[in-house]
Amino acid sequence: MKEALEDLRRKADDEIRSAKTGEEFISIKTRYLGRKGLLTSLLRGLKDVTPEEKPVLGKLSNDIKKSLLEKIEKALEDITSSEKHSSLSKDRIDVTLPGRGVRCGKIHPVTRVEREICDIFSTLGFSVVEGPEVELTYYNFEALNIPGDHPARDIHDTFYVTDNVALRTHTSPVQIRTMEKQSPPVRIISPGKVYRPDSDISHTPMFHQVEGLLVDENITFGNLKGTLTFFLRQMFGSGTLLRFRPSFFPFTEPSAEVDIQCVMCRGAGCRVCGHSGWIEILGCGMVDPEVFKTVNYDTEKISGFAFGLGVERIAMLKYGISDIRLFFENDRKFLEQF
Amino acid sequence: MLVSLKWLRDYIDVELTPEEIAAKLTMAGLEVDSIDRITPGFSGVVVAKILSVKPHPNADKLSLCEVSTGDQVFPVVCGAKNINAGDIVPLAKVGATIPGGYTIKRSRLRGEISEGMLCSEEELGIGEDTTGIMMLPGNLKFGEDLAGALDLEDVALEISITPNRSDCLSMIGIAREIAAMTGGEVRYPDIEFEEKGGGTVALTSVNILDPELCPRYAARLIKDIEIKPSPAWMRMRLEAVGLRAINNVVDITNFVMMEYGQPLHAFNFRSLEEGRIVVRGATEGEEFISLDEKPRALSANTLMICDGVKPIAIAGIMGGLDSEVEEDTKDVLLESAYFNPSSIRKSSRSMGMSTDAAFRFERGIDPEGVVRALNRAAQLIADLSGGYICRGYIDEYPRKIETVKNIPLRPERVNRVLGTQIGAGEMKDILEKLEMTVTDNGERGYLVTPPTFRVDISREVDLTEEIARIHGYEGIPVSLSALSTGTGTSNDKRILEDRIRTIFNGYGYSEVINYSFTTPSSADILGLSVDDKRRRVIKLKAPLSEEMSVMRTGLVYGLLETMRKNISAGNYDLRMFEIGKVFTDTGEELPMENERVGGLVTGSRYDRLWHFDDGLHSDFYDLKGCVENLFDVLRIRDIRFKSDCDQPFLHPGRSCYIVSDGKVIGFLGDVHPDILEKMDIKGKAVVFELDLQSIAALSREGLIYRDIPKFPSVSRDVAFVVAETVEGKYILDLVLKGREKLLECTDIFDVYTGKGIPNGMKSLAVRFTYRSAERTLTDSEVDRAHDRLVEKIVEHTGAKIRGLGV
Repeated sequence: MKEALEDLRRKADDEIRSAKTGEEFISIKTRYLGRKGLLTSLLRGLKDVTPEEKPVLGKLSNDIKKSLLEKIEKALEDITSSEKHSSLSKDRIDVTLPGRGVRCGKIHPVTRVEREICDIFSTLGFSVVEGPEVELTYYNFEALNIPGDHPARDIHDTFYVTDNVALRTHTSPVQIRTMEKQSPPVRIISPGKVYRPDSDISHTPMFHQVEGLLVDENITFGNLKGTLTFFLRQMFGSGTLLRFRPSFFPFTEPSAEVDIQCVMCRGAGCRVCGHSGWIEILGCGMVDPEVFKTVNYDTEKISGFAFGLGVERIAMLKYGISDIRLFFENDRKFLEQF
Repeated sequence: MLVSLKWLRDYIDVELTPEEIAAKLTMAGLEVDSIDRITPGFSGVVVAKILSVKPHPNADKLSLCEVSTGDQVFPVVCGAKNINAGDIVPLAKVGATIPGGYTIKRSRLRGEISEGMLCSEEELGIGEDTTGIMMLPGNLKFGEDLAGALDLEDVALEISITPNRSDCLSMIGIAREIAAMTGGEVRYPDIEFEEKGGGTVALTSVNILDPELCPRYAARLIKDIEIKPSPAWMRMRLEAVGLRAINNVVDITNFVMMEYGQPLHAFNFRSLEEGRIVVRGATEGEEFISLDEKPRALSANTLMICDGVKPIAIAGIMGGLDSEVEEDTKDVLLESAYFNPSSIRKSSRSMGMSTDAAFRFERGIDPEGVVRALNRAAQLIADLSGGYICRGYIDEYPRKIETVKNIPLRPERVNRVLGTQIGAGEMKDILEKLEMTVTDNGERGYLVTPPTFRVDISREVDLTEEIARIHGYEGIPVSLSALSTGTGTSNDKRILEDRIRTIFNGYGYSEVINYSFTTPSSADILGLSVDDKRRRVIKLKAPLSEEMSVMRTGLVYGLLETMRKNISAGNYDLRMFEIGKVFTDTGEELPMENERVGGLVTGSRYDRLWHFDDGLHSDFYDLKGCVENLFDVLRIRDIRFKSDCDQPFLHPGRSCYIVSDGKVIGFLGDVHPDILEKMDIKGKAVVFELDLQSIAALSREGLIYRDIPKFPSVSRDVAFVVAETVEGKYILDLVLKGREKLLECTDIFDVYTGKGIPNGMKSLAVRFTYRSAERTLTDSEVDRAHDRLVEKIVEHTGAKIRGLGV
């Protein structure tokens, strides 16, 4: 009897091993384990064995039944899941087609760069103030030590509205408006639109500047260098080489222009930097005592520095844009790149 | 300004390359924009000697020459008449190129071999003489390259001179700067000459009627001159700095101007009526023809140089045609003067004449250099024209031009401003190198008197800059001590702007920046009524164009223009917004400036790709949804979209005002098809504009969290059939007025017209949602509340209830 049971197990195992389809497994199950199955009929002989053998053979037959059942169930499960997988695989889409949806809009590159500039100065304690775009010529010129017949006005071709009112040619009037209202210390940054009657590949009649002003006791040219060095390295990378060279602005003395090493050729000389290796990036200087006098600051007690930079110019360098007019043509193909 | 290095070396020895000189000047505040090498237009031309000249056997007009370059002899056929054996001439050898793109080849001329060409000045492009072969001086070495032998090569530096540095508008000015930087010495020209004949004072006179505008006028007479071309060395120098050579006298006035920075003028003395000079203001409307042959009507505040009768020059700006030095001029009156800078500036600006002379006068010349330049020019004229200088000179100097003396300089203060520790001695050295006189001022430091040509220096801070400049900006230590004290503040308006940008970006709108100027016709194109305050524009006095001649009073026109441009560039699907100022004339001195946010949508809602469906064109509700969301994010609740908007550029049936607390803060709607047609825009567009200040005022509301509901809600859907004119918001408002505590919200979830709905009517399906924070609602509670609200709607609108799902 025992041999017969073992023999049955061997045969069943063989059949399970070679079976493939669900039907085959089910028929194996019926043939061996069904009510009229081989194992059942074999067990009918159990009544003829000795009482000692009975429990042993009973356990054996149960083990066989359990083990066969497990194997068959497991095989059937595998078959179902692989069939499901193969049927899902047939429901196939082209994942390479572009997705559906509204693309995010973009911030204008001028705004983007202006924000970046203001954020850097904000970390240095500069607060943002703004001023009018249509301005009294007094604030745009006279208060900044640019008298009416001064040749310095040559670089400030101006859109006049009346004799005393003009579109501001720079953001510097905000310096005066702020100092008129506030006593030192002053630490401001002022972004905004400015206007000059020029139009070509590197000039538009409207553009954006950011003005900075720091006034306090014991402010030195060294502080000016430190502040702008920090700013330019934040803006253009920590390895950026820069140089300060003397220049002239009526409202600063000493005045300086700051160049950075050309971002295109890294100083080797190219078309962008006019083969000099350097690119002019901003103008700055120590606030001229004449300016302090117009706002009744004590020129012996306090000192300060001011600087102004062109936002478009920095954006052009940062993004490699060669025609400034693109900023205001607002072509979608231009705008969506930022 | 252009500077010739060859010319510069007449005044200073510099051992530096052009690049090194440029770098030094740039770092001293004289920015060199370009370095241009000047080379002659020929190559392969050498110095040669004619050994023999024989007639050509087959041609009367040609001769056969043997020409030696020292080590070789070439046969050359030549057509010129002025050659003789022994002459030193330029020889263009075989392979040489000469101006005009010619290459010299070995050739046979009427049977005779020619290996080269003898050249005239004109053929080499170094002069105008076409009469014969150029004769070279005998001291040149045979065989040497002609360009080198004649020193024809030069380097021109283009320098941007800042408006304060009038003293650098000359070769000597630049030489002085180089001397200060390198420690070199400036060689000033030796001015020595003989005077003879009658005295200048006896022969002419200068009468200054307006000493305010002309404080100084000096003059000399030079007689018996011969007008001819200037020598090559002078022409080359002038041409290197961009001036055209004219004749010896005119060239000398230009030469001395470029040498010293003092503009000069030479008058044909014979053309002067009464032989004298009167300096006076023009009489209004007086006529005058300037050197450039243009007739000019003068205004009363223009200073004129006149003879005894009439104007002969616009003072400091340009001479007159009638008194011009011409080929037959024998005597010249030479003028060297100082004119009031701002007067010259006003005149040159108002007449649109920016000449080299005016450029220098308006920036301020050396008041003490007037006579020196006069003498220098007289010397050169006498040397180069064969004339003689009359005895004495006129120096009318009715009003002393003040120069600054004894500026107190405190070295300690200089260091305090710069953040340096430059020694007092070094400061003194620097200033002395710049030709300043520095004297001790006891404990207080120094007293400094700048040279009279440094008209830009009058204060301690000006000296500070000079010290910093020559010490070198790169030598000033970088200090970070000013970088401190926490973060600066932004302002609420900017924070608001950035939130708006984020919201619009999220909805697919890109930011545009349009010009603040617009065309005055935009008001008409938009159909603004005559009393619309957006017609109160700020006008520019001298705009770049009519299209940019007034300041915008709204954003819509600019957005539509941007749409038009994009469509012509093939960009049909657009979502854009702009944040910017508009300007309204209020009669005050400065206009009112208001910040606005505006936007436009047109074209497809999605990219036109494989899943594109023609039904997905953006419309009113796209833009409205975005604007609504803007208010939601900014927590602005009191907003109504009010129909019957009468903005003339919006579609009357598809537009609305945006109203808060009874006040209009903006508008939204389809652009009127007529406007699009007028602007030549194909397609549809929806626009909006909102006042930023109003939004800022409304969005102050704080945020308070409300509990998430614990109990379930119950919804009831009802479809009301009402007249088409009944607005959804009206029904929702009626519900609100019912003040039903259990009502959580109402939403319109379907709008239907068509089959089953009578003409002129529509079905509005409304979902009522009921909820209690304390308990689960029973059906009967909800029914009671719901029936009351529905009845209220029916009562006010006469609505019929439509069975849902029918």
